[in-house]
Amino acid sequence: MTIVPLNPIAEKMLSTVADFKGEFKGAYNIRQDTGCAGRRSTENIKILPHSEGKPGIEIHVAPGTKNESVYIPATVTRGNVNDLTYNDFYIGEGAQVVIVAGCGVHTDDGGEAKHNGVHRFFVGKGADVLYEEKHIGEGGGEGRRRIDPVSDIYLEEDARMTMDTVQLGGVDSTDRLTTASLKARSKLIVRERLLTTGSQVAKTRFDVVLEGDDSGCDLVSRSVARGQSRQEFLSRVVGKARCHGHSACDAIVDDQAVVTAAPQLDAFSPDAALVHEAAIGKIAGEQILKLRTLGLTEEEAEAKIVEGFLK
Amino acid sequence: MLELKNVNWTLPDGSVIIHNLSVTIPEGKLTVVTGPNGGGKTTLAKLLAGLVTPTSGQIYFDGKDITNLDVTERARMGISYGFQTPVRFKGLTVQGLLETAAGRFLSFDEICDLTGKVGLCTVDYIDRDVDASLSGGEIKRVEIASVLARGTRVSIFDEPEAGIDMWSFNGLVEVFKDLKQKGTTMMVISHQQRLLDIADEIIVLSAGELRDQGPKDEVMPGLLAGEIAGHCPVGRRETA
Ligand SMILES: Nc1ncnc2c1ncn2[C@@H]1O[C@H](COP(=O)(O)OP(=O)(O)OP(=O)(O)O)[C@@H](O)[C@H]1O
Ligand SMILES: [Mg+2]
Repeated sequence: MTIVPLNPIAEKMLSTVADFKGEFKGAYNIRQDTGCAGRRSTENIKILPHSEGKPGIEIHVAPGTKNESVYIPATVTRGNVNDLTYNDFYIGEGAQVVIVAGCGVHTDDGGEAKHNGVHRFFVGKGADVLYEEKHIGEGGGEGRRRIDPVSDIYLEEDARMTMDTVQLGGVDSTDRLTTASLKARSKLIVRERLLTTGSQVAKTRFDVVLEGDDSGCDLVSRSVARGQSRQEFLSRVVGKARCHGHSACDAIVDDQAVVTAAPQLDAFSPDAALVHEAAIGKIAGEQILKLRTLGLTEEEAEAKIVEGFLK
Repeated sequence: MLELKNVNWTLPDGSVIIHNLSVTIPEGKLTVVTGPNGGGKTTLAKLLAGLVTPTSGQIYFDGKDITNLDVTERARMGISYGFQTPVRFKGLTVQGLLETAAGRFLSFDEICDLTGKVGLCTVDYIDRDVDASLSGGEIKRVEIASVLARGTRVSIFDEPEAGIDMWSFNGLVEVFKDLKQKGTTMMVISHQQRLLDIADEIIVLSAGELRDQGPKDEVMPGLLAGEIAGHCPVGRRETA
């Protein structure tokens, strides 16, 4: 990987997606236009080049690591960049770690700016991972901003992973695929928030297999679709043991936007308890009325409701 | 101060919900509106707050015709309305709702003061979403607090006692007494004897019509007589 200096566009996007304030505390790797703009390992968190020679990195978190963070933001700061990176996370047994993985794509030269991150998470027994990810698109011009993340999650017994993902604007096209396989007593929690406007398109797919007894997942997607944007939510939760699976898609649609939600639940065990909820519709009229009785205008009320909904 | 003159509200299918209603909510007093289910009490509150527009007739606030003002305009003029069935929001916290109501950021102490009045323990509730996870009594109390947070000249409460335990209710009676002392004009829709007891004025609505309006001492006997006789409250007009 080539070493590149951090550029101002990247720096600004990093502050938005990864709360960058000139430096990161703890381990980090900053990816910029397919190069590396900074890397640091710590005693417990080692960041290494990808061992299979693929573009990307490996992050090794030592067993028993407590309350440490690792930042692995990626930015594309100009058009005609098609960034593909493979990031593998090896989380040791009993480790507690926060992974901050923001991504910003910027283009104003007419060319497409694309980031495609393929992440694999090998979460050891009893480990607890909080994965936070913010996506933004920036700049003007015709060039499209695309982010297509793939996450494959392997949870060992008693492991827990919480994914908190936010995409609140500027990304023209996103296609997200998350797969997970869960051993006994492990838990996967996903909180996704998504806002699309104009002619943006966003697709989210989940494929979760609950393999072990007492494993469980809770996938909650909240989204707002405006303009002529289109969103697709596809989820498949497979229960192969005594387990709990819950998925929910809650969408506010407005204007000529289109939202499709297609949940699938497959129970291969009589003890699998699988539930899906989907609610798609306009903002409830009574919510607007209530806020108007507090003195807000209709527009202010709508903005407030959307802000809270996507918080 | 608030006045309805010959107000009618008819549904598109022709059914009459409010019929030729003329009532006055006097300034600085506590007016309790009571009457049987479906009598039109909530509709009266919605007419005043602007959630429902009369088919005919006029509504006045301080002598000014507000019939054609919308909900926001009336709210900004100083009319607050606590819903009978509170609205739930995904993602709006108790603090967020109260600050929206107050129109400014509130200190922890100010929020404490508001939630304390409705008997909610602040630390437990401040960050809770005003969503389906709140119990019926909890969300009702948050709704009442949202009206208190505005502190406007007119406060309308729609069955504030509904779903509220007796300990919180005692506190609520004190809150209403206190507001009355401070000169707030209040209209409280209620079936509760203890709220009728602290009323200055009582309005009785039944089947969309005014059955009685007047000082408590004049209206109560008719109400009680109706209750004992086991039929709809009729008011003095018909008993006389
Ligand atoms: N939007 C509406 N569409 C149809 N009917 C309505 C509507 N709003 C009110 N009504 C009817 O008007 C009547 C009066 O309703 P309102 O809610 O004002 O009664 P209320 O006196 O508040 O009753 P309660 O004591 O049960 O709260 C009821 O019969 C109700 O069903
Ligand atoms: Mg009612």
